[in-house]
Amino acid sequence: MRLAHVFRDAYIATGLAIIIVFVVLALLADVIAPYSPVESVGAPLRPPSPEHIMGTDNLGRDIFSRVVYGSRIVLAIVALSIALSGFVGTLVGLVSGYLGGLLDRVLSFVMDSIYAFPSLILAIALSVALGPSPVNAAVAIAVVYVPTYFRMIRGQVLSVKNEGFIEQARVLGLPPSRIVVRHILPHVSRTMMVVFSMNSADAILTEAALSFIGLTVQPPTPDWGFDLYKGRGFVLDGKWWLMAYPGLSITLLALGFALVSEGVSRITGARLR
Amino acid sequence: MGLLRYVAIRGTLIIPTILILYTLVFIVLRILPGNPVLAALGTKNIPEEQLKAIMAELGLDKPLYIQYFEYLANFLRGDMGMSMVVRGRPIASDIADKLPATLELTVWSILVSLVIGVGTGYLVAKRRSRYLEAFARVFGSVVFVVFIPALGLALQLVFSSYLKILPTGGRISSIEGFKPITGIYTLDALLELNPRAFVDALSHLVLPSITLGLVISGPYIRLALNNLEAVMSSKMVDAYRSRGIREAKVVRHAFKHVLIPIVTYTGLQFSLLMGGAVLTETTFNWPGIGTYLVDKVMYRDYTAIQAVILIFAFIVGLTSLIVDVVYALIDPRVRY
Amino acid sequence: MPGHVLEVEDLWVKYYTLSGVVHAVSGVSFKLRRGEMLAVVGESGSGKSTLAYALMNMVPKPGKIVRGRVLLGGTDLLTLTPEELRRVRGSRISIVFQDPFTTLDPLRRVVDQFTEFLMEHGLDKAAALRVAREYTEAVGLPGRVLESYPHQLSGGQKQRVAIAMAISLNPEVVIADEPTTALDVIVQKQIMDLIDDVRRKYKSSFILITHDLALALERADTVMVMYGGYVMEYADKSELVRDMRHPYTRALFESLPKLGQRGLPSFLPGYPPDLRNPPSGCVFHPRCPLAREKCRAELPQLAEVSKGHYVACHYAGVVG
Repeated sequence: MRLAHVFRDAYIATGLAIIIVFVVLALLADVIAPYSPVESVGAPLRPPSPEHIMGTDNLGRDIFSRVVYGSRIVLAIVALSIALSGFVGTLVGLVSGYLGGLLDRVLSFVMDSIYAFPSLILAIALSVALGPSPVNAAVAIAVVYVPTYFRMIRGQVLSVKNEGFIEQARVLGLPPSRIVVRHILPHVSRTMMVVFSMNSADAILTEAALSFIGLTVQPPTPDWGFDLYKGRGFVLDGKWWLMAYPGLSITLLALGFALVSEGVSRITGARLR
Repeated sequence: MGLLRYVAIRGTLIIPTILILYTLVFIVLRILPGNPVLAALGTKNIPEEQLKAIMAELGLDKPLYIQYFEYLANFLRGDMGMSMVVRGRPIASDIADKLPATLELTVWSILVSLVIGVGTGYLVAKRRSRYLEAFARVFGSVVFVVFIPALGLALQLVFSSYLKILPTGGRISSIEGFKPITGIYTLDALLELNPRAFVDALSHLVLPSITLGLVISGPYIRLALNNLEAVMSSKMVDAYRSRGIREAKVVRHAFKHVLIPIVTYTGLQFSLLMGGAVLTETTFNWPGIGTYLVDKVMYRDYTAIQAVILIFAFIVGLTSLIVDVVYALIDPRVRY
Repeated sequence: MPGHVLEVEDLWVKYYTLSGVVHAVSGVSFKLRRGEMLAVVGESGSGKSTLAYALMNMVPKPGKIVRGRVLLGGTDLLTLTPEELRRVRGSRISIVFQDPFTTLDPLRRVVDQFTEFLMEHGLDKAAALRVAREYTEAVGLPGRVLESYPHQLSGGQKQRVAIAMAISLNPEVVIADEPTTALDVIVQKQIMDLIDDVRRKYKSSFILITHDLALALERADTVMVMYGGYVMEYADKSELVRDMRHPYTRALFESLPKLGQRGLPSFLPGYPPDLRNPPSGCVFHPRCPLAREKCRAELPQLAEVSKGHYVACHYAGVVG
């Protein structure tokens, strides 16, 4: 897979463009947002206008500013959770696959059980138990995705083990850690990319769902999922702008990652679903 | 006879899975946080005596391993304990009230997604239009990233707020002479031959089931596209046609082959569906166990949360059992 | 009955693919007598399988029969309505496919597939069951095979089932498209013996589609050699063995392993033509050892060199 290929793919190019826009919004929120996201800066419940391009909410806060600042929370939680689950899942998968035996069987069974369980519901349970906070939400989301990495890495370890690499390397006197890094990680790097971007898309939706039921940030912190939840009450009056922009942002950002995942899997032929 | 044994064996296989999930839930909800009663009451200023009384009432004063087995035994007998928040309210009766609503929503949503998925596949296979296929593929691969509440609210905005042709939430308007039997209202209305109630229940179902159905239809679209085309251009279909079998019959036979991967996938789909149901119910004020769970989350009612999550674990286990059995019934190559 | 059960006149089939038009079958004509076995011999890509589909008028999309007539007992199959065609298929002309593993429906019992087929052609349930039993026995299968699912049968048994269905309505023509290629060597012989048996017993005409010239010479009455969608040579088997005219037929013959021969049989260098861009003139000229200027420029017509012996080669008279 050449880099030039990657950028020529329409899916990946579109997906990356979307992601980059949101990352820029998050990084430069202080510059881009015209108002404070938490203070009342105008008349409440005003439709989009030149002063407030996305309108104002029921407390007179600027929705555009809230959407811009909201991207920070989402991206931070998603990045943290993906990093955590990738690290833990890979590590446990390596150890489990490499050592084998009873430990491997027990771990596999536990992982399969978690995998089979509805991920959102598990994330809700964990968030409740840990208490609502952005970091805890990230941990809860991470737990849900650990089995994905575990299964992928463990499968690869087993197949490499069967190919006799490990025996050869042992004979040559190489330490196991070298073997693992040399022979296993390169094999999974493509699949890893697909899983990474797909999990990111999924993690955004899970984060939004946790926010939607009030398990991440505390008001008045701007957050797409929770803003959407609050905007829900105004739909019947036809005040669409309260829910539309946070909702669109969630879907768009998830779409960006999904497109990247789709593109990478088309190029590399690594299929997951 | 063979089938019964097969069901029994498959059935026992899901027990360890449910046990693991129960243990996980138990650990997460009972051991990780501090005192659950305090969390549920939302205050620390409560006399020691009273706290002890509540703990005893809920069985939380016993050693953890006893709680672990006692809860499991009670759960299997249908006793899910008492609510921590609404005192004296058995959780089992709450869940019995809410479960039919969730069942109704999920079944209708699966129907919607099957119609969308299989319908698209069929249309593409029949028309053999490349543009239609390309569109369907893109649709199938991106539709699952739609955030359910966003889609649900957008539909409400259009159909309830502007067009005013569909209700915004709830399951049914008050209709004279309608008394639920099973709690699945569309079914009840049919049983009672009450067309008004049926139409009303259905009109409440339209938006939620389309929202949930659309979001989970993506995999079905892919499966149907890939399989229907493969089957319809297979040697088997050629052979049927060469024998002068009517096209309608050929399609019907071919369809069984498309069904197999779809049935298998429905098992996997269920975990997506359950998560989606929680969000859909919350969005549409649908009084099922999803809304119930979110309610209890907001009040930190741990016993209720634990019960609901276990119910979900059972549903997932049961679905995989049903899928296995249906698969075995369709495909004679599976031995039982 | 005088005349022929099947007359094919100037048949042309093309596939309109995205990467160009494939000229799959070009101007094929032949006649089939009652009880005759005609072998159509060619490499893959010679158009022989497309010919088989065209005779059933079921060329798959994006293929199309662009010209010609397929007269079965006087009716042109290419002009029938779909319903008329459906009634003809399986009852007056039937086909046995190459791979019995993929042609039977794995989800349905043999008996259900068999009786459904018979009932689609007007038999009632009892009659269908009787006929199914009769023909299952006729192809040497035990009765329990009917109650089985395809995966419970061996490849040879499945092919016997396919043959039983193909002959059970006593069709005038049975096409066998590489009926033994997917099977073990020993089973291949059994199946070919079975085809010989039923041919004698029911006096049906067979068209054997095969890549194997030896098989054709062993079993058929007449042999038609195809290359690049064209008929190269067409003759009675005995005539062909005695006097092979076309360089391609000879090359095929040379490539057969022979008893007592030392070393490897010779084989034809080069590749089958790309039928999107067929060579100019004679399609065979790029691989032909005898090709001359005329072969590149001019398409040779199929001409009768002796009674019933047709060859499409400018130098057919010269060869030999």
